[in-house]
Order: sequence, then C-alpha cells, then structure tokens
Amino acid sequence: MAHRPRLLQSAAAAGLALALSGGAAQAADIETEVSSRFSLESRWYPKTALHPGQRSHASGFTAEPEFYAEDEEGRSLTVSPFLRYDSADTNRSHFDLREAFVLLYGEAGDGEWELRLGVDRVTWGVAEVRNLVDIVNQTDLIESPDEKTKLGQLMAHGTWSADWGAVELFLMPWHRERTFPGSRGRLRSEPVVDEDKTTYESAAGERHLDWAVRYSGSFGPVDLGFSYFDGQSREPVLRPADFLPIPGLEQPIPTALHPHYEKIRQFGLDAQLTTGPWLLKLEAIRRLGASNRPAAGNLFQGEEDDYGAWIVGGEYAFYSVFDTEAEITLLAEWLWDGRGAERATNAFENDLFLAVRLALNDVESTEFTLSVVQDLDHAGRLFGFEARRRLDDNWSLELEGTVFQDIGWTGDSLHGVRRDSFFGLNLIYNL
Amino acid sequence: MQIARDARDRDEGFGNFTASQAMVLRNKQGKESRRQLRVKVLEVADDGNKTLFVFDEPRDVKGTAFLVHAHKEESDDQWLYLPALKRVKRISSSNRSGSFMGSEFSYEDLGAQEVEKFTYRYLRDEPCGAFTCTVTEQVPTEKSGYRRQVVWRDKEELRLWKVEYFDRKDSHLKTLTLDKYEAHLDRYWRAAEMTMVNHLTGKSTIMHWSDYEFGTDLNERDFSKTGLKRVR
Repeated sequence: MAHRPRLLQSAAAAGLALALSGGAAQAADIETEVSSRFSLESRWYPKTALHPGQRSHASGFTAEPEFYAEDEEGRSLTVSPFLRYDSADTNRSHFDLREAFVLLYGEAGDGEWELRLGVDRVTWGVAEVRNLVDIVNQTDLIESPDEKTKLGQLMAHGTWSADWGAVELFLMPWHRERTFPGSRGRLRSEPVVDEDKTTYESAAGERHLDWAVRYSGSFGPVDLGFSYFDGQSREPVLRPADFLPIPGLEQPIPTALHPHYEKIRQFGLDAQLTTGPWLLKLEAIRRLGASNRPAAGNLFQGEEDDYGAWIVGGEYAFYSVFDTEAEITLLAEWLWDGRGAERATNAFENDLFLAVRLALNDVESTEFTLSVVQDLDHAGRLFGFEARRRLDDNWSLELEGTVFQDIGWTGDSLHGVRRDSFFGLNLIYNL
Repeated sequence: MQIARDARDRDEGFGNFTASQAMVLRNKQGKESRRQLRVKVLEVADDGNKTLFVFDEPRDVKGTAFLVHAHKEESDDQWLYLPALKRVKRISSSNRSGSFMGSEFSYEDLGAQEVEKFTYRYLRDEPCGAFTCTVTEQVPTEKSGYRRQVVWRDKEELRLWKVEYFDRKDSHLKTLTLDKYEAHLDRYWRAAEMTMVNHLTGKSTIMHWSDYEFGTDLNERDFSKTGLKRVR
C-alpha cells in the first residue's frame, strides 16, 4: 500500500512537533508509559473450502504496543502500531499504524477545547450488532468479518464542549483503503479483490479532503448524537474486472474485483435511552451518492441510489441471577436498509439480531455471549459465540465462533462465505 | 438522621481529591488476586459527587475508566470508557448490588451514601476501640441489595468504623471494618484500610487507599464524556 510511508511521515512530524514544544518547556518533566497487548491466535474452519488453496486452519499472532508521553501541561503523544502474522493468508499478515497523535486541550469560556492531530481512531454509535453511523475510520476487514476493527485514520479532530454537549469537527486528508483477504484466505469474495487496482470517483483520489461534524450530548437518561460526513465512502463498490473468455461460455468471467470509492454524504443519528435495567437504542443514516448493487444480469455497476437505513433495539439486564453475582443480558436489534435485499450492498437489509450475554462477575470476569442474526427476507442466519476469561493479572483466554447457516440464496452478500464458518481460540498477554 | 447529616456536613467543602486504590481479593481457600486503580472525586454543590475510576490492573482492563455522576434524588448516571474500542458507553446504574471488579464491594457500597436515600433509627451508644460509638440502623429508601445496615460512628469526629450489611432475607451478609484513619487538610478524615468480609461465601476484600491529594486542579471538564476519552 503506497500511502503507508506518508502516514508514517505525518506521524513522525506530529511526534516532532510535540518533542519540540516539550523541549521548549522542560524536557525533564515528560512522563512516559509503555503498555502492550500480544495474542496467539488459531482459527479452524470445519467445512471444506470453496476455492483451491484455501486452508482449514490458520494460526498467527498479533502485537499492539502503545507508547505514551505527556508533558507538564497535559499535552501528550500517543503512538500505537499494530502487527499481525497469519500463517494462511499473506494479506492478513499486515501492519497498521492504529494511532499516532498529539493531544492538546484547554479551557474555552464555560467549556473546553480539545485538539487531536495525527492518526487516530474514533467510534460512533450505540448499537451492538454493527454501527451504521460509524464512518470516520476505515474497516480493517481482514481482522474480523464483523467489521468492528478499524484502521488508523489521519485527521485533525477538534472538539468544543460544555454543559450543552460537544461539537466535533474532523478533517481527513487521506483516504484509507479497506483491507480484504487474499486468494488463500477464507472469508473472501470470488473472485478476490485486487487492492492494487483501486479507483476513486474524485480526481483527487486518496488525497481528497473528507470532513465530518458531530454533535453529541446527554439529557438526563438520553444520550444523543447527530453527525454529518462529506467525503469518500469507506465502503467500496467492488467492480468485476480482468475478464477471461471461457470456451463454451457466452460471457467471459471476471477474475478480479476492483475497489472503487465514491463520493458520498451521510447524515447520522444515534440515540440511547438508559432507564433502570433497560437500554433502548436507535441508529439511523441517510446516505447520498452511493451506488446500489447491480441488478441481476448486469455485472458492472449499480445505480446511484440515495437511501436510508436504521437499527432499532435494546437490551435488558437481569442482575444477581440464581442468587449469585451473575448477570444475564438479553439483546434484540432490528436492522433495516431501505434499498431492500436486491439492491442493498450488505447482508443486513431486513434482519433480526438476538443475543444473550452471561457475565459471571467473578474474579476472572468470565463472560459468554451467544447471538444470531436472522435474515427476515430469506432463510440465511449467522450465529456468533464468544467467551472470555482472565487467567491471571496478565493472561486471558478468548473463544469465538461464527457459523453461517442456510445461506442458499445466491443473491445474499454472504453467499460467497457460506462455507467459511469458523472457531477461534486466542491466548492474550497484556503488559 | 442528624448524625448522618452532620457527618456529611463535616465532609463538605473538600472540592476534589485523587487517590490510589489497591484491592486484595481473597477467596475461601485463601487464593488472592489484586486490583489497582486510581480514583478522582469532584464535589458538586447541591447534588451527588462526580467520581472517576481509572483501572491499572489487571492489565486486560488497563485504561478502562468508569464515570459516575451521583444524584441526590434521581438515579445516578454512569459511563464506561473502553480504550480498546475507543468508545464511551452509557451503562445502566440500576445494578447497585453487583460486584465491583469481582470484589466483595458492590457498586452500592462504593458510592457516596446520600443522606436522603435512607431512614434512620438510633440503637445505642457503645465503646469502639478508643472511642465511643453511636450505633444506628439505616434502611435504604430506594432499590438496594440490602434490607438494612447497622452503622458504627465515633462521637468525636463522626468517622465510620464498622458497617454490618443485612440482605433482603435479613441474614447478616457482610461486615465492613474501617481502619487507619488520617485527617487530610486537617479536616477530612479518610480510612486508609477497608476490609469487607462476606459471611455467606467466606470471601473477603481488603481495600488500601494511598496517595491522597486534596485541592488538585481537577474541574468539571475532567468528569465529562469528552474528558473520559482522555483519561489515562
């Protein structure tokens, strides 16, 4: 990926800026801290692969150290690189600069200002199953198909906050491309995505200046967020390409998908009502300028299709179940995409998410989560399982599972990964 | 009621403080595990205090921060900052009887006890260590894990020395003893050691407080949602 050296450059520049400003004051009064997270991971895919070269087992490790320095006035620098090695998929072995930013803040009238400059991660949204409104960072898709892991994003992020809430402005001068599994990786599309052939709608390409603004506030039991984004979509259109004529077939078949990033605008709303054991949640977006899925028979590109989508749901907790410290939480969310099953670019156009979480609240913080996402238009469903337990002050163990079931409809976005159900075991060391 | 109110009044005006908290959790077999965190408290005029807990150990929760805006009348507001997800989550404050970090202290035990949230009954005076204590029974008026608490306070400085907790079936569930009191700014008494014993499970937690600092430069903004994302 060609832009990585530039990202590092800007991080280095940011670091230098802090070092200089710190140096001007008192170099001796800089507090530093290093913490790290390492994991050994293994994944098993019980079903035979769809494509040649794909394996049924993958193992690897991750390392995510964090360096932090703060001067007397509270100005700080955070640097956090991430590295993964994966034995099966060369694409999944990857490096990313998750964070490298300078943080400054101070008083502003009755409130406060805050400025973060550099590479950072920002998460918006309240829903459990996925976050529709979350758009600042690109998805590091090869990390997990749940799309919850994000790549670092170069940005200037200013916040002005007071009793009335917080207003944030984001300027994002560099677009990150979504990561995709390679040809030997599981959970991939057919054909594979060729990231070297990325194109942009904007003539400025990846250097297009994206911007976003967000207001958030708390009013008694209600937490509210309004956001607006204007820039290049984080979700690429995957265009079939590199056609190969096959003798006997009328149409040549594509041997690659080329990612294309469009210019979009997106309005977002997220809200949560917290009352007693109930949490009620809403996330809604209106996205303008994005293409929908090509109609059946048209291999190339869908049409520009402005749409709305939302997630509405909540959770309810039962405390001290069976006269123990354990807590059971039931979660339900309904996902809706106005484009419908034929035109939506993801698998969650009319789906119901149900989950149950058991937290033992013991010394080891043992926790189990079982979930299902049921497609309400077609038969497909997606099961999830997660378990976590601390072994001692530094070591933890995680078990995870994802099962794709009855993804028979060929129009389903998950059809290509229908045989890629997996179970994972992660041993984690926190330093 | 008067004693509780006086005790509160004596503690008023501290402004803010920070402190370190180390907990040793011990199970029935004597197996120990440790928790290390920092606590920051901001006094709020005419309402409950704002409290920020920042976890250092165990290492998997390092950097996690827990913010409580306590209220005198309505229920508290609570947010959790998860550094791995870079996300602030509003969480329910109704699990008052739940365990704090797997310890024998519940959220209810940790929170400042608002005078208005109990009814009181004087039981007796009796010696406690070098002092004479007033023994009072207090019954929570809002949802609680306890039916009642019996509380020992010395007559001199109204310091809390012992609390016996009775569960909803009125059996003696836990006992808290406080020790190693020190006066900060010559006025604000804080116990450096708190021991909670669970009589039902045989488990116990010792909480050690240190590095008290009063009158720091903490302000409202450090206890806001934006401030929460900045916590170290």
